[in-house]
Amino acid sequence: MNKKDWLFEITPKNNLLDLNLKEVWRYRDLLMLFVKRDVITVYKQTVLGPLWYLIQPLFTSIIFTLVFNNIAGISTGQIPSFLFNLAGVTSWNYFKECLTATSDTFKKNEAIFGKVYFPRMIMPMSIVISNLLKFGIQLFVFVCFYMYFYLSGYTIAPNIYVFFFPILVLLMGMIGLGLGMIISSMVTKYRDLTFLVSFGVQLLMYISAVMYPLNLMREKLINLENGTDYSWIVDLNPIAHMVEMSRFMLLNEGSVTMFNIIYTVIFTIIIFFLGLLIFNKTEKTFIDTI
Amino acid sequence: MSKDVILKVENLSKQYRLGTVGTGTISHDLNRFIAKIRGKEDPYLKIGDSNDRASKGNSEYVWALKDINFDVKRGEVLGIIGKNGAGKSTLLKILSKVTGPTTGSIKSKGRIASLLEVGTGFHPEMTGRENIFLNGAILGMTKKEIASKLDEIISFSGCERYVDTPVKRYSSGMKVRLAFAVAAHLEPDILIVDEVLAVGDAEFQKKAIGKMQDISNSDGRTVLFVSHNMAAVKSLCTRGMLIENGKSIFTGDIENTIDLYLKNSSLLMNGKNYVEFKKKKSSFQVSKVEIRSINQIGEYKNSCVVLMGDKIEILIYSLLEESYSNIKASIIIESINGSKIAAIRSHEIEDMMFSSSKNFIFKSTIEDLNLMPGEYLVTIAIAENNNTISIHKECIGFNVVPNDIYGTGRIPKGNYLIYSKAKWELNQA
Repeated sequence: MNKKDWLFEITPKNNLLDLNLKEVWRYRDLLMLFVKRDVITVYKQTVLGPLWYLIQPLFTSIIFTLVFNNIAGISTGQIPSFLFNLAGVTSWNYFKECLTATSDTFKKNEAIFGKVYFPRMIMPMSIVISNLLKFGIQLFVFVCFYMYFYLSGYTIAPNIYVFFFPILVLLMGMIGLGLGMIISSMVTKYRDLTFLVSFGVQLLMYISAVMYPLNLMREKLINLENGTDYSWIVDLNPIAHMVEMSRFMLLNEGSVTMFNIIYTVIFTIIIFFLGLLIFNKTEKTFIDTI
Repeated sequence: MSKDVILKVENLSKQYRLGTVGTGTISHDLNRFIAKIRGKEDPYLKIGDSNDRASKGNSEYVWALKDINFDVKRGEVLGIIGKNGAGKSTLLKILSKVTGPTTGSIKSKGRIASLLEVGTGFHPEMTGRENIFLNGAILGMTKKEIASKLDEIISFSGCERYVDTPVKRYSSGMKVRLAFAVAAHLEPDILIVDEVLAVGDAEFQKKAIGKMQDISNSDGRTVLFVSHNMAAVKSLCTRGMLIENGKSIFTGDIENTIDLYLKNSSLLMNGKNYVEFKKKKSSFQVSKVEIRSINQIGEYKNSCVVLMGDKIEILIYSLLEESYSNIKASIIIESINGSKIAAIRSHEIEDMMFSSSKNFIFKSTIEDLNLMPGEYLVTIAIAENNNTISIHKECIGFNVVPNDIYGTGRIPKGNYLIYSKAKWELNQA
């Protein structure tokens, strides 16, 4: 019989590259309904709900300013330290939320995944999209403080590259989603990884240039006298470059080279597709192992 | 011919690993990986015991399904029957793509959806209307499809008044109604119904069964039905498949499938419904004991498999050399682990007097058996006055199989010996 007569076929071995994106497209309504669900329910659950989105980055930035700028004396140049930290925290938060929320996709949705089939990828994708709302609120707060500092006489201005900011957000979402999908696939078998995520993300923040400029890091970590160089720890981290890029776009502060940009973009794309592949391979049988 | 085939299952197998997943996971994964890069077959696919719940196996791996083959034609209602743990639900899980097969393939010409996965993905904070859309989309409908059927769904659910209220304020019954209304308006080419998963009250169960009948009769759609309720299977299905220990042992018309299932579930009697005894030199002896079942519409069956709620008839064939004046026959029913459940004694019911030396058949019809599913043994004793003249301990057995005796679509469960016909009501104190 001609193979094309069949609508679909279920077999154990799948082509690794068969990502079923067509099917994801067919379920696009479900994707948007999941996003809608996340958005609606956040507002419905509590009065303070959206307010927490403001409190968390504000307080983090205040503490960072106190500790890193006032105590440790990290200089942020022309830019008010608080605004500098707020920009870093806001972009870092989007990546972090995407990563942590998608990294337990399989475990969290075990009940629904065990009953009905739909492309599993819909779930983490909807998380990344609905996190955009959270990010939007935090960005709005940032803009408010931006205006405040601007009106108080600071000379701050965005860069012309601020028009690329949406692309940067997309990349942050992609790398968060990619890593989240890889981790969630592995968590189905090895639960140990859940512990790694919560503390690994915390450590990652410190090497992601959230509360210091990349230039300063290079100054301090490269020791010309005895020839040691630890700057690669931060320089190899694409998230650090993303955070730096966001500050460069919003505050015209920081060092971004073409090489950094290409490195970050390629790294993100590789992680994203690797995540898709692993996730796709896991989704078929994870219910047996979880 | 092959044009009609809407679903084709070929050599489908599913292997599970027993015990806790954890220890040795990495080492097994590594072994698999090494075999793979050396171009060899997965080493763990060669081993594995068959899926037999009761016996202890040697292997860590077990085949929940092994080499299942079947075709389903368009418009056919296929009943899948088998004992608990035979692999029915695993098969349905693979068909609905919740989990993948280990080997083999399934080819389908239509969309597959399961009917009774009701309420999956309901969010308590969202209104009924919002949940209809979300639930419908999870089940595979597009927003447009749902919108066009929205009014129909709402009126079918009977929750019009609350449709803009968050679902957390709904009673559990209303939730089920709403969820079922969504599921019932799905229009897949192949519908999967697993009765084990059915929840809800009698009304809901009847609605579900009724909807299924509609779907298969009027719409001519294909249905795969899994149930322990033989009456429902018989009335709904056109073909049947019997699964035992992960293997499909019979596919054919539904009557034969059910008969074979009932026969196979009786391990006691090897499918016979009588025992014969050798002739002895004595003045009185029992030559044969036979059990027949009588179903609710009065049909007799030469079988010692009894549906719950059916009557049984026990016949004791006796040879008499002398004449006896006052004969008493007793039937004692025991459970398989030795509990004495009932004694049916002729002299408590009827005086049976006969004088001539002839061959007699004692016939006892047990109207209210009230036994839960399981295997039971029967002891036969004959006495004259107070002297036992013949006794056959646990000489024959019968098997009670589950049935919907309350007419609610639900089957009494639990490790009990008897059930009772009862009424429940709730009154204000």
